[in-house]
Amino acid sequence: MSSSVSTEIVMLLAALLFVLGITGVIIRKNIIFMLLSVEIMLNASGLAFVAAGSRWGQPDGQVMFIFILAMAAAEVSIGLALILQIYHQHKSLDIDKLREMNG
Amino acid sequence: MNNLLWLIPALPLAGFLLLVAAGKHLSSKLVALTGVGSISLSALVTIMIGLNFLSSATDKETYHQTLWTWMDVGGFRPEIALSLDALSLVFVFVITFIGSLIHVYSAGFMAADKDYSRFFACMNLFVFSMLILVLADNLLLMYLGWEGVGLCSYLLIGFWYENPANGYAARKAFVITRIGDTAMALGLFTIYYQFGTLVMSEISANAASVWQPNTPIATVTALLLLAGGMGKSAQLPLQTWLPDAMAGPSPVSALIHAATMVTAGVYLIARMHVLFELSALAQMIVAGVGAVTLLVAGFSALTQYDIKRVLAYSTISQIGYMFLALGVGAWTAAIFHFMIHAFFKALLFLAAGAIIEALGHEHNMFKMGGLKDKMPLVFWTFLIGAASLSALPLISAGFYSKDQILWYAWASEKGSPILWFIAIFGAFITAAYTTRMMILTFWGVTRTEIGHHPGKLMTIPLIILAFFSVVAGFIELPHNFGHFTLFSDLLHRVLPSTVLQADESSEWKFQLLAFLATFGGIYLVFIYYYREPYKIERLRENSSFQSLYRFWHNGWGFDRLFDLVFVNPFVFIAQINKRDIVDRFYDGITSVTEHLYRLLSATQTGSLRWYIMGMVIGAIIILGLQIML
Repeated sequence: MSSSVSTEIVMLLAALLFVLGITGVIIRKNIIFMLLSVEIMLNASGLAFVAAGSRWGQPDGQVMFIFILAMAAAEVSIGLALILQIYHQHKSLDIDKLREMNG
Repeated sequence: MNNLLWLIPALPLAGFLLLVAAGKHLSSKLVALTGVGSISLSALVTIMIGLNFLSSATDKETYHQTLWTWMDVGGFRPEIALSLDALSLVFVFVITFIGSLIHVYSAGFMAADKDYSRFFACMNLFVFSMLILVLADNLLLMYLGWEGVGLCSYLLIGFWYENPANGYAARKAFVITRIGDTAMALGLFTIYYQFGTLVMSEISANAASVWQPNTPIATVTALLLLAGGMGKSAQLPLQTWLPDAMAGPSPVSALIHAATMVTAGVYLIARMHVLFELSALAQMIVAGVGAVTLLVAGFSALTQYDIKRVLAYSTISQIGYMFLALGVGAWTAAIFHFMIHAFFKALLFLAAGAIIEALGHEHNMFKMGGLKDKMPLVFWTFLIGAASLSALPLISAGFYSKDQILWYAWASEKGSPILWFIAIFGAFITAAYTTRMMILTFWGVTRTEIGHHPGKLMTIPLIILAFFSVVAGFIELPHNFGHFTLFSDLLHRVLPSTVLQADESSEWKFQLLAFLATFGGIYLVFIYYYREPYKIERLRENSSFQSLYRFWHNGWGFDRLFDLVFVNPFVFIAQINKRDIVDRFYDGITSVTEHLYRLLSATQTGSLRWYIMGMVIGAIIILGLQIML
């Protein structure tokens, strides 16, 4: 498969996605959206792995992506379960209201 | 027989351990049985071994037993080894025999005390330490015993610890003797450095070949050992602790502060006599210290109110005589006086204890009086002890021992007329204060009614000690009066005999002068305190006499001097440095850490977004550094 898109462009896209994800995590108030943003960050790093793998002609990048996918699935299920519990306990998903553990 | 030596110190140690472990659960009868029994058995073993030693051992032989090696570090290999020769036999005999009598007395004296078992535990530990001190074959083991007796002395002076004054007296005794002990430790270091061994027999054998006579190192070492002896034996200027040590129970004063521990210095110097003989200067200082001490303490004894303080000052004074004898090279005379003094001074302390208890803890002699007919047994035994203390000629043991010292102070090669004059003047004062004590306590009108009479446990030791206070003198008679030298013959196995410079035929003149001094002292006090008491009243009104009286009463102001020179500056420094200067630095570290902690804990807001922010910024910084460097 000839590379029609250069690796640099893909890496740039991955970085863009990653920054978007981080921005989402930081500025969003709702925990569900924060979780979504974390997923975006994971996918950004997955994209970077795949691009790097294709650049060097190695399968390792795709192997890593499978790992990330599996981990993301586990993370989402645990994260959603936690969010459910938080909602049950606090009747709110606003991260700013959930700051009981201050020093 | 030889290998039973370990039993002598082991029995008191066993008694101590038993009383410490189970003393609270034992009945008072069992406690007394353990405490008294262990010492008595030890005394029996001593007598058995002693008889064997006297009958079979040849002149230079010592009984020696190595128990185990203490440590083995780089060639330094001290052993736990006991060694018994004529000198230590005399000490062991006095410690166990008089010790057991005092323990019997204590069983009666302390019967009402709630800390009965603690008392006997401490006493047993003391006897153990003292036996280690005199039986040790090397200086290190001896130092262990030396410190052990110091500890027990501290524990027993402060026995009635509810009264803060007793605790103060105990601390004072501990600290002041520690000064001497430090000097002695330095002496031990020097000896080890020079000889490469601490075994006493090796040191004695090698001393003459290692050191030339009168070299500075020999003098310094001897003086360091002397300083140790001065602390323990309460010699000038370290004598101030002993009068205050009378805060302890009377049996403690009798055992520790009269008969045994305070004579440890005499033992040390006699044991190390080879080193002292190498330095004429050191020996002169020993004699000088003894002479000055006996005079200073004698004057103080003359002015005390407290009967036990009279005895304490008289103990200091009598040990001064022993030091004087050691200093003039009259080694056997010093040890002889030690033994006789142990008998009569223990007797005097125990009798004084009986009086004090009978009068409801009244120590002041001016509130006693008229006890002659009320407590006849105590009176007669006290009289015998007092006669021995004031060296009443011919019938008292004290005469034979003190007369020897007086004679040698003049006649020995190292003696001098000045030393002799001080000694005989001291004998005069001794007779005077002893008579004063007798008259105030036993004659005159009754000022305090007696509560109860001492029991049999207390009177029997008095009788036995009184017996020995008379008879013990007869084992050593002057050459012009029987010439019987059992005691010095025994000790000459270890100690050298005195070199005389004067002619022995003139000895009777000095004995006559000693008679006169004793009777003069008795007569003077008899006049002033008994026959014509108005004279002493008139004397009291004289203001210069009053201030002299107060000066002597306060022990020549030594306490005040030490307060001024050492204690007050120390307290002053302690006060201005209350908020420890060194601590400022560490306080600084704490406060910086605390501020940092407050600063950082402010970032712990609980806001998740700030945390993420922090992580991101951190990651950016690390990445940035990676790229840039």
